[in-house]
Amino acid sequence: MITIAGAGLAGLACAYELAQRGAEVRVYDRASEIGAASVSRYAGGMLAPWCERESAEEAVITLGGRAIDWWSNVTPVHRRGTLMVAPARDRAELTRFARRTSGYKGVGGAEIEALEPALAGRFQQGLFFDQEAHLDPRQGLIDLAQAAVKAGVDLRLGHPAPKQVDLDCTGMPAGDQLTDLRPVRGEMAILHCPGLEITRTLRLLHPRIPLYLVPRGDDHFMIGATMIESSSTRPVSLRSLSDLLNAAFVLHPALAEASVVETGTGLRPAFPDNLPRVTQLGGTLFLNGLYRHGFLLAPAMAMQVADRLLPETQDAHHRQRQSA
Amino acid sequence: MRLYDTDIRSRLLLGTAQYPSPAVLTDAIRQSGSQIITVSLRRETTDGSGAGFWSQLRDLDCLILPNTAGCHTVKEAVTTAHMARDLFDTRWIKLEVIGHSDLLQPDVFALVEAARILTEDGFQVFPYTTDDIVVGERLLQAGCEVLMPWGAPIGSGQGLRTPDALRAMRAHFPDTPLIVDAGIGRPSDATKAMELGMDAVLLNTAVAKAGDPAKMAHAMALAIVAGRQGYEADPMDPRDLAVPSTPVLGLADLN
Repeated sequence: MITIAGAGLAGLACAYELAQRGAEVRVYDRASEIGAASVSRYAGGMLAPWCERESAEEAVITLGGRAIDWWSNVTPVHRRGTLMVAPARDRAELTRFARRTSGYKGVGGAEIEALEPALAGRFQQGLFFDQEAHLDPRQGLIDLAQAAVKAGVDLRLGHPAPKQVDLDCTGMPAGDQLTDLRPVRGEMAILHCPGLEITRTLRLLHPRIPLYLVPRGDDHFMIGATMIESSSTRPVSLRSLSDLLNAAFVLHPALAEASVVETGTGLRPAFPDNLPRVTQLGGTLFLNGLYRHGFLLAPAMAMQVADRLLPETQDAHHRQRQSA
Repeated sequence: MRLYDTDIRSRLLLGTAQYPSPAVLTDAIRQSGSQIITVSLRRETTDGSGAGFWSQLRDLDCLILPNTAGCHTVKEAVTTAHMARDLFDTRWIKLEVIGHSDLLQPDVFALVEAARILTEDGFQVFPYTTDDIVVGERLLQAGCEVLMPWGAPIGSGQGLRTPDALRAMRAHFPDTPLIVDAGIGRPSDATKAMELGMDAVLLNTAVAKAGDPAKMAHAMALAIVAGRQGYEADPMDPRDLAVPSTPVLGLADLN
């Protein structure tokens, strides 16, 4: 029996992966509802390794490349790509972004309009990352929990983990043991804007306030996110919120009439290189530091964890995946 | 170079914001050889909630120059300076009072006022100012012993917009350490500042936003050493006409 502390994104992804490889798994979480205490509820849910490469190491692409297929077995994944645009005065930012990334094609006004008719006439230059995708993080976590249970995982919600577990996926609370773990505060908002048709993740490049907007369906859109070196969980600040909303307005003026139905603040656990890590401490394995790449990197990290905990399944499993 | 009562070897001061990760930042600081790093205190982290990041900076064995980045009033800047003194246990403060949020231009009137208050309170103030000599005079009267004139607006990477004003400043304040703060985009900008006789350069975005921050940090360090040595070596003055660099003596006698 493999025991896991934490039924957030990391814990559930590992549980699911381990159960699929035939292990008996039990997951504990203090919270009595899936996702209630998980920082992933504030995530964008973007599977966007090529965009993320602009400010992250190459590992986001090598580890994140298979995330879209992995998640497609669990929850609806929208393979619509990412459209990145910039106002005319920030065109230099677009050139720089293009220089530092790959996996896109440059698009002009007509192509932008063809991709997202709602943006007609608004932007004359952009980058289209056609291999990227997005999912709904809250639905995704619930679907992941269901898939894990279906695969045989014993999910103990409302039960704090025992002192000694095989795998710790508790995020920031593990900072007591993982001393170089730090919180990076992120703030987001959810807008309700009936009538605005946007079908894929949009990113707006801006030197001060880079913004992403992810469609959530039902006329809802998630916008985010700030990155602040802080452990504060206080509600979103006026400055952050006004920056986010202003940037959203630049993206599309119709958003001025949107209702702000939710704002949220989460602390992303991060190591100094902002990449996740599997660490052995005593008898416990720790998976932590998913930072702003939870949905993107959790599948690859869960596979690494499974390889460590079930080394005998590693080769067989890889063969099976390659032939699949 | 002596800044207040501290001798400093490296003439590059490095800012710590906007790097892709703390690991990249650490690497860049090492490659820069900087002894002084600036740390900005956002209002929202002054409750100590930025401790995770700061503890990584404290481990770097550099002197920390906290700054009041983003403050728009005397009161805000003074309050932030006090918080910085408690958090980092230093009398140093890089004093920034911003006068306009798009230009990030210093509000020199508020700057002089805040510098006076902080100096009287025992701070050693590093004021981020313009290249205006009269303002510089007022800052010295307020108790500052270092001046940090801008090269160009913060984060703009335009290089030195007014080299003549900086040269005049050097001539007017021969004994005050002058540190060009803001506007540096490329290593050649830093070299030019040093060739003008500036004592040091403070930069952040040019390194943090480079494709390879560590390599750019190293390039900046080399550029600053080159500019300084060039200045100390007393460079030749430009001339309008050519002067042969080969000696006339020893020319072949074709007669």
